[in-house]
Parts: sequence; structure tokens; C-alpha cells
Amino acid sequence: MTNRAPKKRHAKGVDTSRYGYFFIAPFFLIYLVFQAYPLLNTIYLAFQKYMITGTNKVVGPTFVGLANFKNVLVKGSTLQAFENTAVMWLINFIPQILLALLLAKWFTDTRLKIRGQGAFKVMIYMPNIITAASISVLFYSLFAYPQGPINSLLAQLGVIDKALYADSGTAALTAIYFLEKGWHTRLIIAFINFWMWYGHTMIVLIAGMLGISPSLFEAAEVDGASPNQIFTKITLPLLKPILLYTLITSLIGGMQMYDIPQMMQMQGSPAKTMTMTVTMYIMELVYTGTKDYGRGAAVSVLLFLVTAVLSIILFYIMRDKDATRERKALKKARKEARA
Amino acid sequence: MSRNYSYSRSLAMERGVIYIVCIVLCLMSIMPFAVMFVNATRDNYAIQQGMSLIPGDRLLVNLKTLNERQNFNVLQGMWNSLFIATWTTVLALYFSTLTAYGLVVYRFRGRQLAFTFIMVVLMIPTQVSMVGFFTFMFKLNLVNTYIPLIVPAIASPSLVFFMRQYMIAGLPLEILEAARIDGCSELRTFNTIAMPMMKPALATQAIFTFVASWNKLFEPTMLINSQNKYTMPMLVSLLKSDRFRTDYGTVYLALSLTVLPLFVVYFALSKYIIAGVALGGVKE
Repeated sequence: MTNRAPKKRHAKGVDTSRYGYFFIAPFFLIYLVFQAYPLLNTIYLAFQKYMITGTNKVVGPTFVGLANFKNVLVKGSTLQAFENTAVMWLINFIPQILLALLLAKWFTDTRLKIRGQGAFKVMIYMPNIITAASISVLFYSLFAYPQGPINSLLAQLGVIDKALYADSGTAALTAIYFLEKGWHTRLIIAFINFWMWYGHTMIVLIAGMLGISPSLFEAAEVDGASPNQIFTKITLPLLKPILLYTLITSLIGGMQMYDIPQMMQMQGSPAKTMTMTVTMYIMELVYTGTKDYGRGAAVSVLLFLVTAVLSIILFYIMRDKDATRERKALKKARKEARA
Repeated sequence: MSRNYSYSRSLAMERGVIYIVCIVLCLMSIMPFAVMFVNATRDNYAIQQGMSLIPGDRLLVNLKTLNERQNFNVLQGMWNSLFIATWTTVLALYFSTLTAYGLVVYRFRGRQLAFTFIMVVLMIPTQVSMVGFFTFMFKLNLVNTYIPLIVPAIASPSLVFFMRQYMIAGLPLEILEAARIDGCSELRTFNTIAMPMMKPALATQAIFTFVASWNKLFEPTMLINSQNKYTMPMLVSLLKSDRFRTDYGTVYLALSLTVLPLFVVYFALSKYIIAGVALGGVKE
């Protein structure tokens, strides 16, 4: 009896392992049908002429090679859309990461002992959870012309002329038509993104900083390092993986930017050429007028490629530097050992 | 002594600056919403006269005007979004935990490969395959139904990843072994023993999954076209049309109604939400 027990348990262990397949099967089944196949289908469509015309006539799919890509790159607004997306992402991300780092440094500084951190975090993170569409329409209304709240505020503050402003006939002379101007709209969109996300980034960075072993800071302090030296020589290098994570997730998210710029679009506004993002362009191709799935798919494939390449480049830049530094340190150590 | 004094004085100054910056940032977070809620209670004329933080007395009038609007049914939109977000959350959480459980508990051939696959596809944004997704759904006759918005949630790579991390740290395999010896079937062991033990992680992830689904605009815009099936964010996009632009009070009121449920949820659960955000970043 006692001899058989472990053998039996072992047999049972081998027996249950096949359940693993049953447990992960739903995920893979649904993934293949609803995500992998659509991705392959998108790639396939990118090489086809396939559209539904305004009169509901289906054209294609017929193979056309690279014609769709050529069309969207040369004739279409793909490059402009990529430029718009990149510009708006950059003017949101750079201040976002800097402010988040600064706040995280303050909140984790044991010397400063900032109180009320919980409340600050709750308030600063709050916009992130609210529907981006609602926030955008809210800002769209705040920046309305000529008598939206921002223009009213500017008049109350005396930035734009109040006397002229009160007379609606001449309001056009002074009130600012924000959403008709390309750069104004770009900045508003970037600001909303920044405003919605710096709290999130800050919380992630704080968690990362709190994860660094306190003994490292203590050792540096004992050695007489200044707070700034500790931050640049210890905190930042050790935070690198989390900074990379933040950068990549923000980049991938930023490349898909849709809700905010779409909602900021005023019908027929000349600002559109400067604020149309890649996903907005895809939507325009497949949703309005002639539904051109071939060209929409081509832009999607380009977006996929650019996102993938950028993430891989970022990943390698960050990783290589680490590796070379390690190699250098190793070399130095060897030299010292020899001396 | 004097050096010590000046040190603590500069420290107090630094602290003062930090508190001022934080208060300004808090105001920056709340101001747009404050203006929105206040304007929801004012009439069009008052709104155009200038910005104010004193509530007006037109809330009920605005509510009545909004209620009389054609094709703008806030309750219907909320119900639609609630339906989609609830099912999405339930399916995503159950099947992600199931998948993670399969990967953690059983040592089968291809386990590592399956996990690597999930890690790779984690990074692929859904928007890039939307065109192929849409034409496929069109063929299956599923456009203008909620199925394409709900069922794909069964395969949520990031959630599987998170649940796996949590399980490795917090699921004692001995208990499962004990249940097995007691003759509990594998699926029942998962449902009655593993799932309840995952409750803290499930609660946090439920909030994030629900909110993310509730807030989605791109996918439903592409897939839903009859207005009685519109989700909340889709309804919001209607507020931009000229027909609403004649009466700003109702626009702000409608926006307030879309934001209010999230405000309530957020301030009730903010502690868990903030902790969840921190956890998500570090785990990666």
C-alpha cells in the first residue's frame, strides 16, 4: 500500500496535465477567430481592390498588388496623418513624462515627506478614467467660438477686448476661433492627452521608485551624494525598465489616437489637415462615402508596421545601452584586477 | 546651528512650492468638470455671458429640454453601454483567469510556447486589424449586433498576463492538490477554489476592464449603426451636431450625465483604482 501511493499520485499528475489544453483552449479559439484571422484578413485586403460604393455596389475583391499602398502614400493623406499623430503624441508625451518624473521624485523623497499624497493622486489621476469622448466634447464646448467659456474668460481677464466682445457683430474681430486653427487644435488635443495621462504615468513611476531597494539610497547618502546626484545616478538608471514600459505603451497608444482628435473635429474646419490621425484616416476611408476597405487595410498595415518597428527600435536602444555599459564595467573591473 | 536653520527653512520653502504646484494641478483636474456641472444648471444666455462657478437655477428646464430631444436617449445609451461593459467584464475575467490557471497549474507540452505567444500578441493594438475584423463580421452578418463588441473579450492577452503573475505569487498549489485527492473535478476545483482566491485581483481588474469597455468609441462606431443601439460615447459624439449647438445648457447637462456615473464609481473605488494602476506598472 505505502509503496503504491506515490506512484499513483505521480500517475495522476501526468494524467491531469492534459487539462491544461482544455483550460487555454477558449482563449486561443477566440483569439484565432476574432483577432488573428481579422489581422491576416486586413493584410490580405491591403492587396485587394475591395469597396462598397455609395450606391451599395460591391467591387472586388480583386488582387491589385501594391496599388493600394501606392495610392494612400502618394495620393492619400497617409504621410500627413502619420506626421500629425507623431507631432501630437510628442507634444503630449515630453511634458507628460517630465512632470510625472518630477512629481514622482517629490512624492517619494523621504526628506520632504509630502502629506496628502493619497488625495493628490486621486485628483490627478481622475481625468484618466472619464470617457475620452465626453472630455473631448467638453473641451470642444469650452473652446467654442465666439462665446465659449474660454473666450469669455479671456474677455473677463482683458486678454481680448470686452467692449467689442459684447457686441456680437464685431466679436469676430477679437474672440479666438481655436478649433479653426491647425496649431491651436493640435495643442488642445495634445493638452487633453497630457492632462488625462500624466497622473497615470506618475503613479506607475512612483511604484517603480518605491521598488528600488532603500539600502542603495542609504549607501549613496553615506557616501555624501547630493539628492540630485542620487536621482540622476541611482533612481533614473534603475527606473529604466519602467520608463521603457511607459514609453512603449504610450507610443503604441498614441499611434492609435482616435477619440480625442476625432471629437475635436469641427465640420469643414481647415484645422482638419493638421489634426487628422492615422486611425481617423482609416475610419474616413472605410466609413464615409465609398467604403474603401482595400485602402483602409493598406493604411492599417502601414500603421501596424510603423508601430512594430518603433517598439522594436526603442526596445533595442534601451537594451543595448545597458549591455554595453555592463560590458564596459566588466572590462574595467578586469583591468583593475590585473593592475 | 544656523546652517541647520537655513536647511530646514529651504526645506520648508521647497515643500511650500510643491504643495502649491500640487494644488494647482488638482484644480486643473477638476476645473473643466466644475464648469461643465455648473453650466448644466444655467441657460444658454447666461453661459454666453461668461464663465461662472455659481450654479444657476435652470437644471430642471435643461433636463426637460434634453428629454424632448429626438434621438438622444441618455438612459438607453447607458443601458446599452452597461450591457456591453458588464458582459465584456464577466467574460474577460472568467476566461483570462481560466487561461492563466491552465498555464500556471498544468505542465503540458507547449505551455511555454503558449505563454510566449500571449506575450507577443499583447502588444498588437486591436485598431490595426479593425478593417479585416469589420469585413469578416459583415460576412457573418454580425454588424450592428453587440456580439463583436463582447465575445472577443474572451481573449484578453494583457489580462491573462496579469492574472498569471498574480497566480504565481498567490495561488498555493497544495490546496488544489488536496481538492483533487478529495475527488473534486478539475473545472470544479477552478470554479470553487481558485476563482474565489483570485478575488482581490479580479476586483481591481474588473474596474479597469469595465471602464475601458464603457469608454470605447472606435470599435462601436465602426460596428453599430442604428441609433437605438448607440453606446454612451457614441451618443456623446451626437452632442457636437449643430442641432445641439443652439442650446449649450443641454449640451453641458448631457455631458454631465455621461460623466456622473464614472465620477461616482471613481470616487467610491479610487483607493483600489490607484493601487491597481501602481500594480499594473510594476508587474510589467
